[in-house]
This record gives sequence, structure tokens and C-alpha cells, in this order.
Amino acid sequence: MPLDTHFTNQKFKQVGTRPLRPDGVDKVTGRAKYGADYNAPGQLIALVLRSPHAHARIKKIDTSKAEKLAGVKAIITSADLPDLTAGDRGMRDMLENCMARKKVLYDGHAVAAVAAIDQTTARKALKLIQVDYEILPHVTDVDEALKPSAPVIHNDIFTEGVEPTPTKPSNNNKRASFGHGDIEQGFRDADIIVEHTYKTEQTHQGYIEPHACVANVSPDGQGELWVCTQGHFVYRNQCAALLGMDISKLRVTASEIGGGFGGKTHIWTEPLALALSRKANRPVKLTMSREEVFRCSGPTSSTSIDMKIGAKRDGTITAAHGVLRYHGGAFPATWAEFGAMTAFACYDLKNVKSESIEVIVNRPKTAAYRAPSAPMAAFAVESAVDELAKKIGMDPVELRIKNAAKQGTQSSYGPVYGPIGIGATLEAAKNHAHMKAPLGKNQGRGMACGFWFNFGGQTCCDINVTPDGTVTVAVGTIDVGGSRASIGLMAAEELGISYDNVRVVIADTSSLGHNDMTDGSRGTFSTGLATIAAARNAIKVLCARAAKMWDIPEDAVVWEDGHAKPAGTNAGNFPPLSIKEIAAAAGNTGGPIAGHNELVADGAGVSFATHICDIEVDPETGRSTVKRYTVIQDAGKAVHPTYVEGQYQGGAAQGIGWALNEEYIYGKDGRLQNAGFLDYRIPVCSDLPFIDTMILEIPNPNHPYGVRGVGETSIVPPLAAVANAMSNAVGIRLTHIPMSPPRVLKAISARKH
Amino acid sequence: MAEVHLWGALRPIVGGALSVSVEAKNIRELFKILTEQYPAFEPHLQRGIAVSINGKIYRDTWDQALPPDAEIYLLPRIPGG
Repeated sequence: MPLDTHFTNQKFKQVGTRPLRPDGVDKVTGRAKYGADYNAPGQLIALVLRSPHAHARIKKIDTSKAEKLAGVKAIITSADLPDLTAGDRGMRDMLENCMARKKVLYDGHAVAAVAAIDQTTARKALKLIQVDYEILPHVTDVDEALKPSAPVIHNDIFTEGVEPTPTKPSNNNKRASFGHGDIEQGFRDADIIVEHTYKTEQTHQGYIEPHACVANVSPDGQGELWVCTQGHFVYRNQCAALLGMDISKLRVTASEIGGGFGGKTHIWTEPLALALSRKANRPVKLTMSREEVFRCSGPTSSTSIDMKIGAKRDGTITAAHGVLRYHGGAFPATWAEFGAMTAFACYDLKNVKSESIEVIVNRPKTAAYRAPSAPMAAFAVESAVDELAKKIGMDPVELRIKNAAKQGTQSSYGPVYGPIGIGATLEAAKNHAHMKAPLGKNQGRGMACGFWFNFGGQTCCDINVTPDGTVTVAVGTIDVGGSRASIGLMAAEELGISYDNVRVVIADTSSLGHNDMTDGSRGTFSTGLATIAAARNAIKVLCARAAKMWDIPEDAVVWEDGHAKPAGTNAGNFPPLSIKEIAAAAGNTGGPIAGHNELVADGAGVSFATHICDIEVDPETGRSTVKRYTVIQDAGKAVHPTYVEGQYQGGAAQGIGWALNEEYIYGKDGRLQNAGFLDYRIPVCSDLPFIDTMILEIPNPNHPYGVRGVGETSIVPPLAAVANAMSNAVGIRLTHIPMSPPRVLKAISARKH
Repeated sequence: MAEVHLWGALRPIVGGALSVSVEAKNIRELFKILTEQYPAFEPHLQRGIAVSINGKIYRDTWDQALPPDAEIYLLPRIPGG
């Protein structure tokens, strides 16, 4: 594969090493402060009253009895949150999701909130609030919601993306398509065609830490929010907009985060806590219970996908067509569109079309979940590709290698690829020892590929050289997966100092300019870019100070290995000045030494992975066990390889849970039946084998070290890799995720009969 | 004159065409012209549109130049997890 030679043999001293994680001691000793660990003097405890109905009109809310209860300091309903969104549909939906207005749209939708002196009082108050509902017909299934007989959830939603625009509202808010070529001709050219409808059920990110915040709004209009979030600047901006506050007057401080995976990119209860605090004139703490996290935060879509792929007998894919239906919960969204963009991105296809259909159902608002929408699409595509290989009689890895996208391929979503790593991951899989290992009884092996875009975004960074020459780095992207370590390594690399002499902190929103949230695998990529630029700016200052100390021109000083040195003999014969010496003299050479940078990081570079899975299925019970699992992924350049491996393993573990067990189960009444970790089973350590990893480094030409994002792609292939392994283990093609024991057993029984 | 390729959701706005020709020096001007010529483009822009120029995707760098023979695709602005 042709690579940018700029990266060839690039030598690093810090980048690529594996120092201890900077947050490790605090996290294992309990010192680390998570969202619910914050407390403010005189704080009240808030609880939220939530709808027991999937779809109902709110006729009346009577809070009078609750208001009279001793210890209750404030109660809010939608009347306390006037619509200030000025026609912005996205913001209005956000407001309505935080607190129902005329209708409740899903089981768990907030209708009122109480702040009281303690939790017991708050709980009593919730029971005293009387809500008069008119129950409406509901729909929770993605396919049922599209039927003409389905209850229409929003009367002002008319399908976008079709011509002419429909005159009747529906639960289909948008259609879109991607692709090129002539699929009809492509299918006519095919010798073999595989066609199925695949379904995946709704899953939750399953982060261990529930949403939690403490809000404190003063009568002068200034406010503070301590919160667990993936993006405190975004939370600040959105909360301020919804509450009519000046953005500068709301300071948000992010806690440590016990997992997010996309679920903490949206505001949920934070505006309620702020509104309660404003009304009560006291700090208010609001923590979701686990049940609330399941019922009312943002799980991923359930989906229904029609997939058709045709190929020649030699394995050349001639056409691919997918129709992807994803729900966005109770609000219009575009999750299917992202599924359609990613579905066929691994392949070099002459004729391809992917169509997206967005669906609204009576479920909580869908949020991003690690490479949002891509795993479900990959499940359908990679299952069909595997079946195609089987029908042709071709090794599934070889078929994928034959059709893999490469530099110069027109992607299925449009643009032509630059240097990419799908081919390299497939070749590595083909040659991996895992592929050759023997299998036991009732065991099967499967593999699958995955793609994710990655992106950058608005970012800024402050580097300050302290008087003793050690360095602090203030960034605005939350550390969800080790970015403090990778940013510290990059700062140390540029400054030529030890990693131990760099401390990276997440600054509050009043200390830095706006930063986009930590999502899209952007933390290390974009904050890394800003850090490198800030360090280079700091080096300019350090060189200027050395020049003053030597009384020579600034441009006669260079920076090497953490020292200022005269640039050539004409500059004078001075011994190098260390960063420590320059910092110690700073007070008399111009004051504090710092480097800053603000940028928009574009060019994150797409990412590919190939996974291999061995599974064993008990034919008597349908229970399956993953016996061996390998992740092969392109990292561009692994800044801290241990964290990169952790990202690969974490994504695979989540994907395996999604494939085998995890599932939102709704009753006929539209209520969630399994809102807890006992009934919604995520895999724990004892459920999984050690997940092996292989890091490939195909440099991203848009980053000085070649870095690509690594956080999300690893969740894309597992659904299909597990399904393909299952198919090879029991000889049955399962098209419905999760492949839980009852579903597997039913399929085995159906085959016997 | 740049040929700007549209994803399916934008095509009804321009009468079903797969692409439109636009004389624009950078992304900012491209969006300005498209909004002027096709008012229905505005809500899509509000929700977020990324621009791929010769395979590199730009979400926020609206000063990015559009070279005359560049391959240009408009794409939905992708969220992350």
C-alpha cells in the first residue's frame, strides 16, 4: 500500500511508549470524583416524576399538594421551562425530551421535578403530584411504526427527502440514499445473490456511572454545574440556551466519567437541576437511578435492514443494495442515514445503493453509541457477504480481500479514499495464528470487517511552563478513554521533556474557549493536534527567553531535547539552557511562559478493523460462549498502545454483549420490562475470553504523527463476527440480534423439525 | 466551476439532480450560493453538512478552498459516540 513517506522511519522518544495512566491511582483508591461525588453546602436533592405511559396527552398536572409538603423547596413542570428555541426544531426536541410538554412520548418521559431537603421528602412529594393523562395508542416497533395503521406520534412530521413532500404526517421523518453505478445491471450480472432481512434490537451503552450533576444558580443569574458528561462546553451552551442564560455566566466543571460511549453527549436532567436551583435559590443535586438510565437516557436504535448482495462465481461483487430502517426514539433523527453511509464502506463496489428510512417510535430519544449506527449495518452486510462466500465456495477472508476498498476506490458514500487500512487488516487476519487454530465440538469461527469515519472539531489547549520547569496542559475534551495520557505524551514529545514532568487537566468551561465534546474518536486526534501546536508555540517563547538570557537574536536559538541551544557557532558559544533554567528565570525575562492553540481539526482519517471470533454453542440450551476473539485495527499511530488495545478490547466486549444478550424488551403496554442490569445482561469479565489485539499503523496524512481515532471502530464488526461464528458452529444463519439462548434454541429446534 | 455531488436527501431540493455546478472559491461561498439558489437547503445546513474535498472531509473549516477540478461531495455531518 502506498504510504506518505513523510511518516517513514519517524523516530519518537515518548509517543508509542506505555507509561502508567495518570488517573490510575485516583481511580483505584477511590479519590477520583465522579458526578455523584460532588456535593455543595446546603444542597437540595432532586427527583423526577416520569410517565408510566408510552404515549399520552397531559391534561393537567396538579402540584399543589406536593408544594405544601414540609421540606419541598421547588417543583418544576414544563411551565417553568418556556420554549426559547425560536423555531430551532433540534433544540425544541431537546427541551421536550428533558421535560414533556403537551404529551408524554415514551415510558419514563419526565413530567415534573422536585427539589427537597432530602431524598425521602422528594420521594414523598413525587407521590403527591397528580397528573391527569389521556392515554393514546402507542407503537414501539420500528417496522410497525411505518405501517399505515400505526398511531402517528407527531402531527407535524412530514417525510423529508422525497418528492413531492407528503401531505400526511407519518412516523417516517426522513429518507436518504447513497451510492453509485447501476444496481439493477449489477444484479443481472451476478451469478449468485444473497438476500435477507436482518433485525437488531435496541441496546444501551451500559456505562457504569449513571448521569449525575449538581447545579447552583445564584439570584444574580450566574450559575455553576458540576456534571458527568462527554462534553461540558456543549452542555453549557445547550443548558444556557434552554434556560435563557448568558453562556458566559454558566460555568460547567466536568467530573471523571464512568463511561459514556455516546450516551453522555446529550443533556437529559441538567436543565431540570439548573431550573430547580434557580427556583429554589439553593444548590440542587440530581442523580439518575439505574432504572432511569435505562428508561430515559439515550440507547441506540433498533433496526430492520433489507440486504441484497450479488457476486460472480469468482467472488467479484457486482451489486449491493441495502434498505435500512432505524428508529430515533420519540423524536425525528437521522440514525439510519449514518448506517447507510457506513454499510458498504469496506468494499470497492461498482454498483451500490444504500437507502435510509428514519422512524419515530414511543421509546426514549436515541443517542449515539460508539460508531453510531455502523454496527447494525455491518451486521447485515457482513452476514450477507459471509453467506455469499459460502454459496460460492470461497474462503470468506479471500472474498473480502478480493473486494476490499483501497486507495483510489470510490467509497459507497461518495468520496474517493486516500490511504486506508482495510486491506491490511484483512491480510493480517488471513495470516493470523487465530485463523489456523483448531476448533472443538460445537464450535465455529467467524470474521467480519467494520468501518467508521472519525472526526475532529473545535479544540483548544493551553500549555503553561511552571516556575520549576514542569508543565501543565489544560484541555477541554473530557478524558473518556485515556486522552490525558496520550496528550501528555505528545506534549512531552514536542517539548523534549519527560512524560512525568507533564500534567494534563480538563479545564472548566470558563478557563478555555469552546471545545466540542469527546466523541467521534476525536479526543487524542484533535486535542493532540492542538497540544502539538501549543507546545510549538511555547517553544518559541522558551527560545525567545533563552535569547534574552544570552543576549543574542531570537532566531539564533533552536530547541532540541528540552533545551535551548545557540543555532550555530555565529550565535555564540553558550552551554544549552534547560527548560528548568529558562523557567526559573522567567520572572525577569518577560513573565510566565505559555503556549496556546485554538483550531478546527479536520482530516481525522477513516478507520477500518477486522475481527475474528470463535464461539461454542450448547445445542441443548442455545447458550453460547465466546472462546477466542481477535481484533485487528488500524490506529494510524498508537500514541499509548496500552490504551489503544483497551479501546479495541472494550469495543469488542460491548459488541459481543450486543450480539448475544443485550436487548430492550417492551411489553404490549409500551413499558420497558428490563430496566436493570439483572434483566438487561451485559457481559462481565467472566463471560469473555482475553481479547487479543493487533495494532496496525497506516499513518493518517493529516496528523503530524499519523494518528487516527481508535475509540469507535472496534464495536462495528463484532455483531457480524459473532453471527458468522454462530452460523459456522450450528449451521444456522441467524438474522436477528441478539442471538440469545432462546432465539438460538428456537432456530436449532426449527431446523430439526 | 465545481461539480458538487449531493447525497440522496438533498436531491429533491435541486429537482432530483445528482450534482450541481457551483462557482465558489471556498466552502463558505458554496453554502452561501446553495442557500440563495435553493432556500430549502437552509434547514439541512442548520442541522449540519460536511464537505468532502478530494476525499478529505471538512466539518467546520469553511475557509477551505475548492480547487477547480476537485471531487466534492456534500455529506451529512456525522455524530460520534
